[in-house]
Amino acid sequence: MKQEFKVLGTRPIRPDGLDKVTGKAMFGADKSVTGMLHARILRSPHAHAEIVSIDTSKAEALAGVKAVITGDDFADVENRWSRYTMQNCMAQGRALYDGHAVAAVAAVSKTIAAEALKLIEVEYKVLSHVMDVDEAMAPGAPVLHEGVKARKLGDDVSGNTVGYYSFGHGDPEKGFAAADEVIERTFKTAAVHQGYIEPHACLADLGSDGKGELWCSTQGHYMVREVCAEILHIDASQLRVTASEIGGGFGGKTTVFIEPVALKLSQKAGKPVKLVMSREDVFRASGPTMSASMDVKIGMSKDGKITGAHAKLRYQGGAFPYQMVMMGAMSAFAAYDLEHVQAEGWDVMTNRPKMISYRAPGAPMAVYAVESVMDELCQKLELDPIDTRLLNAAKEGTKSSYGPTFKAIGLVEALEAAKAHPHYSAPLAPNTGRGVSCGFWFNFGGQVSVSMAINADGTVNLIEGNPDIGGSRASISMMAAEALGIEFDRVRTIVGDTASVGFSDVTDGSRVTFAVGIATINAAKAAIKEMCQRAAKIWEIDAEAVEWVDGAAQPTGHNAGNFPPMSLAEIAATSGKTGGPIAGHHEGAPDKAGVSFGVHLVDVEVDPETGFTAIKRYTAFQDVGKAIHPAYVEGQIQGGAVQGIGWALNEEYIYGEDGRLQNAGFLDYRIPVASDLPMIEPVIIEVPNPGHPFGVRGCGETAIVPPLAAVANGVAQAIGVRMFALPMSPPKILKAL
Amino acid sequence: MSKIHVTTNVNGDSVEFLCEPDEVLLDVLRDRLNLTGAKEGCGTGDCGACSVTIDGRLVASCLVLGAEAEGRVIETVEGIGSAKDLHPLQRHLLEHAALQCGVCTPGIIVAAKALLAENPDPTEEEARYWLAGNLCRCTGYDKIIRAVLSAATEMRGENA
Repeated sequence: MKQEFKVLGTRPIRPDGLDKVTGKAMFGADKSVTGMLHARILRSPHAHAEIVSIDTSKAEALAGVKAVITGDDFADVENRWSRYTMQNCMAQGRALYDGHAVAAVAAVSKTIAAEALKLIEVEYKVLSHVMDVDEAMAPGAPVLHEGVKARKLGDDVSGNTVGYYSFGHGDPEKGFAAADEVIERTFKTAAVHQGYIEPHACLADLGSDGKGELWCSTQGHYMVREVCAEILHIDASQLRVTASEIGGGFGGKTTVFIEPVALKLSQKAGKPVKLVMSREDVFRASGPTMSASMDVKIGMSKDGKITGAHAKLRYQGGAFPYQMVMMGAMSAFAAYDLEHVQAEGWDVMTNRPKMISYRAPGAPMAVYAVESVMDELCQKLELDPIDTRLLNAAKEGTKSSYGPTFKAIGLVEALEAAKAHPHYSAPLAPNTGRGVSCGFWFNFGGQVSVSMAINADGTVNLIEGNPDIGGSRASISMMAAEALGIEFDRVRTIVGDTASVGFSDVTDGSRVTFAVGIATINAAKAAIKEMCQRAAKIWEIDAEAVEWVDGAAQPTGHNAGNFPPMSLAEIAATSGKTGGPIAGHHEGAPDKAGVSFGVHLVDVEVDPETGFTAIKRYTAFQDVGKAIHPAYVEGQIQGGAVQGIGWALNEEYIYGEDGRLQNAGFLDYRIPVASDLPMIEPVIIEVPNPGHPFGVRGCGETAIVPPLAAVANGVAQAIGVRMFALPMSPPKILKAL
Repeated sequence: MSKIHVTTNVNGDSVEFLCEPDEVLLDVLRDRLNLTGAKEGCGTGDCGACSVTIDGRLVASCLVLGAEAEGRVIETVEGIGSAKDLHPLQRHLLEHAALQCGVCTPGIIVAAKALLAENPDPTEEEARYWLAGNLCRCTGYDKIIRAVLSAATEMRGENA
């Protein structure tokens, strides 16, 4: 049954908008306090080196320097994942990648801090390094950390191989035997950076009594609090973390890189410390996503039915153990209803910066490989790419390639919308190709806390704990208004600091609108229950005889009496006399987020003279369950698509033989700019998620998954040659021609 | 090194400050004048987040020395419109939902205003090339370009 909504689906101006267009919004680097120091971090110039000694005495002697720290200033932490995070923030014993922090200085000015870095003497003993995933996985490769190899693996892989996963069912070999055509290909994708425009920044103030204040740009200030409290050995309750406005994250701000360093410097100096990463530091030392090497084999019958599918995914995630290839192995074949399927994945360490999530982490590269082979099969068997995908599409009741059986999902609807769209049948110009790809993301739920107050003037305040990265304060206010039956502008939502509302997981996994939404609806229910009781008290009837309709209490049933409805504002106005303030709150861990599928169509034109690929037309279809604020849902789809285009065509970490990053800046690491692109047409599909009262699935990540293969399939058609590695930058295309 | 005394005009007000000889205008604006609307996204002139105008000319303030502001007229996002009276560009960006994180937005507004001063009726392509120096990682630029073009239409006194 389709629900009718009053507020959901409208496009109000976002509540934080005015501050953001007038320059008032406070981002990570925008806060200053009296007496604060400025910090700088010294970083390793080597990809792998033993730190023989560090002499900080000259730096400490420089006038204006108030504290210098190295890895020796950090005591060990018990939890090994937190220890890796700490050792990524500040090397202990060995520098594991070019850009790895080895020391830090706090001084009265930025200039003096920078001068002091030059006075720190570090003696390195250079060790051999490994950058490529296949080389790092091969026996005999230099091993980053001993004793962390995945237990079930044998001697055919090196000790850098820290994870192994396998998902699937049936027997792919049986499926290949039944196929009319089998194609197996090997693909490589480069490491790419999230590329948020705001570098990591924080302002830390930690006293000797263990009481601290931390202001930072993060996707999760509770995560920051817990990790920093562990690393600094202080109580979580004593460290109050406030999330600044966040200038983009895309997964890259779901960990800490500088906060423990700033806190330690502040503790040592006894003063507040501001630490802001340079763009070069962001590229060299904050997490890019994984690079990948992948084998995909798919068998297909003449009529387009997939008979068997197998993927082997090898991801490198940098200098520490990590777990992310699992997501790729789970996502690879999620779009299809398959009898025989297996996807295996290996997590591998290299001498690169420690990876961190990037929008749908692990999925884009796996799906790129699968959807490229799908395209080649369709070409070979002369099949329509959308019809073939429709023939194999996962739907409600499909046992997914990674285990669970799908509930209501919208892949068929997205494919049918793509097929019917004028884009799909538009004529193609010379040197132009049209690519299609499906994409998938899980979406998550997770822990969440919301506190709602009904004010005496009939307005509502809502405090939630998830940094707003793309307009979530608007969507949460809308859901609160819808649930309470009041106008959108009666609600103000703020992101509370860690001392003002209960724990919330990080803003990731496309979880905020889903999980905070559920908590908001439940908080509203609690407030409504209380308001019904107040009305019952005023009317002197049973609370059970009062119901909430259109933002007002009204009597229900035969014997309740004949009272006119009493609005939220009327009940709130007398709340002081009827029992005190009215509020609602909810803490929970909703887990019924709905998976989301997307289908992208792209026309690319390749210039045979230069190898430059131009995006001529782009249409992105995505099932979002329910679009709360459609304009911001469109924005997520458009932004994700463009990040995927960058991944497909230009973006890559380029290392020299010496293991040093050669393009640590926006000039040489080229993210898409306005002139690279046409309009991106988003098409919202709404197949409600049965696990959310309003049908919300989550919409942030799916859109980065299809573009890699969509663009690659378009290029293959345009030039008649298939590329098996990303990015397809002009020199690489010219070479292929 | 002794500091340099600079007299300039920022957002219509006469301003004096002392700065280091090698201090960039962006740091002067942010650290000395408390105008944090301009952001440092790269420090190398590649991202446009620090865009301001000097005597009407669009510049990356991270590549201009504070001392060069002497006797000039500087405009930052804080000087464009106000909370009570938004510039059409600001209003159209909001109405088109043309910002997500919003960190590039001040630079986009300054740059787009400079575009419309030079070319009140830009084509989509002209707007895209002018704003190619302003990186946005969130939006894919679609809604930004639409907002700029519709603000231009309004400013020309035409109906959208």
